[in-house]
Amino acid sequence: MTKVMTGAKMVVQALKDQGVDVVFGYPGGAVLPIYDEIFQQNDIRHILVRHEQGAVHAAEGYARSTGKPGVVLVTSGPGATNAVTGITDALMDSIPIVVLTGQVPTFMIGNDAFQEADTVGITRPCTKHNWLVKDPDKVAETIHQAFQVATSGRPGPVVVDLPKDVQFATGTYTPPQKARMGHYAPKVKGDVDAITELAEMMETAKRPVFYTGGGVINSGPEASRLLRELAEATGFPVTSTLMGLGAYPASGPAWLGMLGMHGTYEANLAMHGCDLMINVGARFDDRITGRVADFSPKSRKAHIDIDPSSINKSIHVDVPIVGDVTHVLEDLLRIWKSRGAKTDKAGVAKWWTQIADWRAVDCLSFKNSAKTIKPQFAVQRLEALTKGRDRYITTEVGQHQMWAAQYLGFEDPHRWMTSGGLGTMGYGLPASVGVQVAHPESLVINVAGEASWLMNMQEMGTAMQYRLPVKQFILNNERLGMVRQWQELLHGERYSHSWSESLPDFVKLAEAFGAKGIRCDRPGDLDDAIQEMLDYDGPVIFDCVVEKHENCYPMIPSGEPHNKMLLGEASTSDAIGSSGAVLV
Amino acid sequence: MSPLKIKKGTSRHSAYDLRDPNAEVMETHTLAVIVDNEAGVLARVIGLFSGRGYNIESLTVAEVDHEGHRSRITVVTTGTPAVIEQIKAQLGRMVPVYEVHDLTVEGPAVERELALIKVAGIGEKRVEALRLADIFRANVVDSTLESFVFEMTGTSEKIDAFAELMRPLGLIEVARTGVAAISRGA
Repeated sequence: MTKVMTGAKMVVQALKDQGVDVVFGYPGGAVLPIYDEIFQQNDIRHILVRHEQGAVHAAEGYARSTGKPGVVLVTSGPGATNAVTGITDALMDSIPIVVLTGQVPTFMIGNDAFQEADTVGITRPCTKHNWLVKDPDKVAETIHQAFQVATSGRPGPVVVDLPKDVQFATGTYTPPQKARMGHYAPKVKGDVDAITELAEMMETAKRPVFYTGGGVINSGPEASRLLRELAEATGFPVTSTLMGLGAYPASGPAWLGMLGMHGTYEANLAMHGCDLMINVGARFDDRITGRVADFSPKSRKAHIDIDPSSINKSIHVDVPIVGDVTHVLEDLLRIWKSRGAKTDKAGVAKWWTQIADWRAVDCLSFKNSAKTIKPQFAVQRLEALTKGRDRYITTEVGQHQMWAAQYLGFEDPHRWMTSGGLGTMGYGLPASVGVQVAHPESLVINVAGEASWLMNMQEMGTAMQYRLPVKQFILNNERLGMVRQWQELLHGERYSHSWSESLPDFVKLAEAFGAKGIRCDRPGDLDDAIQEMLDYDGPVIFDCVVEKHENCYPMIPSGEPHNKMLLGEASTSDAIGSSGAVLV
Repeated sequence: MSPLKIKKGTSRHSAYDLRDPNAEVMETHTLAVIVDNEAGVLARVIGLFSGRGYNIESLTVAEVDHEGHRSRITVVTTGTPAVIEQIKAQLGRMVPVYEVHDLTVEGPAVERELALIKVAGIGEKRVEALRLADIFRANVVDSTLESFVFEMTGTSEKIDAFAELMRPLGLIEVARTGVAAISRGA
């Protein structure tokens, strides 16, 4: 059964057939036919954002909190170029996003038409794949392919560019089951010999560690369950990247905390001192490895990743396993159990004794104050007052992001949305909007810094319009805190343009949007103020006035190995010399 | 709490390690990449090389299966063994890519390039150019009283050598296709 319809109608039909319930978008000349079709139906909800970058971040928040692809609809030219930052963000963090862009009519492409941009050219390096659809008969098929590419293998963003004349023209609709899906089919099953080799290594390892990442989350809830089962059965410690928080519960006995530049002492020293590193869905990012030459020098390394190009990219591994985390962990558990479920219990027990010593350092301790709110304290209180609730957290980028990662505990996957790879300031507010759209009854908090938050603050309008009770928890130090920290450590305390001048009154700003504003600057008032935020049924901007010059620790100084961590103020003097100034 | 003291000057001072971790010998590899002949596919491949800082020494592309709309891209690249492996993995994961073959390691392969070489001159130089062309098995495909256009096929080195010989004899223009390569045997 094929149906003849316009390209614009096909777009909406294809989205319905792909099970899409929400689209984040912004109309414009080149997508008007699609918006007309959206107007005439009720199955797909359209969320009108205030800026196209916000649309993509909102879709990312939706995708990361549901495991389903996020969908974005924007117009040609500036609509598409504004979306580029969000698309790049989704690429770096492997988030499945389908972006539909309007384009000038095919006969005008290349003529520098009004609101024309070479969208497929501009987005080629920041998408998994993109398409320009010139034939109305191909509209539906291309959209179905786009969903398949975005969601299979290592997920990522795709762009489908739809010229306006193609939207008006009629063609034959192709339903998903009839669409040619191309040959793109990444390998999901891992090599059994390699998995067996890893199982053997697990039997004899004395100082093993699971180093887990966003791949566990992307692989689906079953991957997290298998990881937990594996950690429990082996008794091996687990650490995670920023992207992987929640795959293993923060309350779990094997949890070491996050690793990396601002990771915990115990996690980083376990990485440095281990004899077997099992990388599950992480990619040896430079924020994790520090100095590559000295990265975990004594370990044998196994790497489970669905993307073959992640293997041996920056760190040479002994046992590469290309496959989907769920499939590989399933096989690994089965094989390891069938061989007798052996581990070196005495060795691993000794390893845990060592880890306990590192833990005793209490690297996340900080000097609290009775006068000013320490940002760490603010996040700790937020954690205490929201723990156990049906809670989703998004963040912006900077010090507050690291404090959120350090002091909030995540028990489940899909509960933590943060821009890890690209480090996009302005991510958190629109992401919180997308999360709240997907989970209207849940508590959604954006832990933010004032500088990041201002970058996409227009999305408060979106939160208001759709009655999304997102809580904007802004740690306001009137500084670009992480920049300031690096200037202190690397640039002789010359704080070049790293403070927030002329900040708005956030309470009045909230009121101007019609939201609730709360300001708190005394530690003693904090709990009540946070409770007031949580109790309010609607969007809140919480201006948490914190210590201005707090630094984020622990910290692995740039270019140092894991065992050269800085733990606090006392250890930072002379830590980084002038030559560090060339790099981040 | 016992903070770790780090002496000044002991740090590498950067999370981006400037030293090349793969400071090994550079190798030249010839890759054959089979792709969907769709709009922009060549830009994708070239963009991958430029975006990630890989070298392209030579690149040829043409549709080789008109019914299946498949093109063959032959790319000659240089890099350390680790970089070559990365290039292959990065190419392999692209959506329109079917196959990536490293002809340099997969067994013996034939590599050929076609060149059109214009030489202008009269008298003894003209005669010498023609004599050398004969030695190199180059064909004359265009001739005037003051010029020749030679067509020759061979390895890139052979074309280099011939072009170099033509230089003092009046070489004025060279057009080359880049390398096409195929494995030996079946």
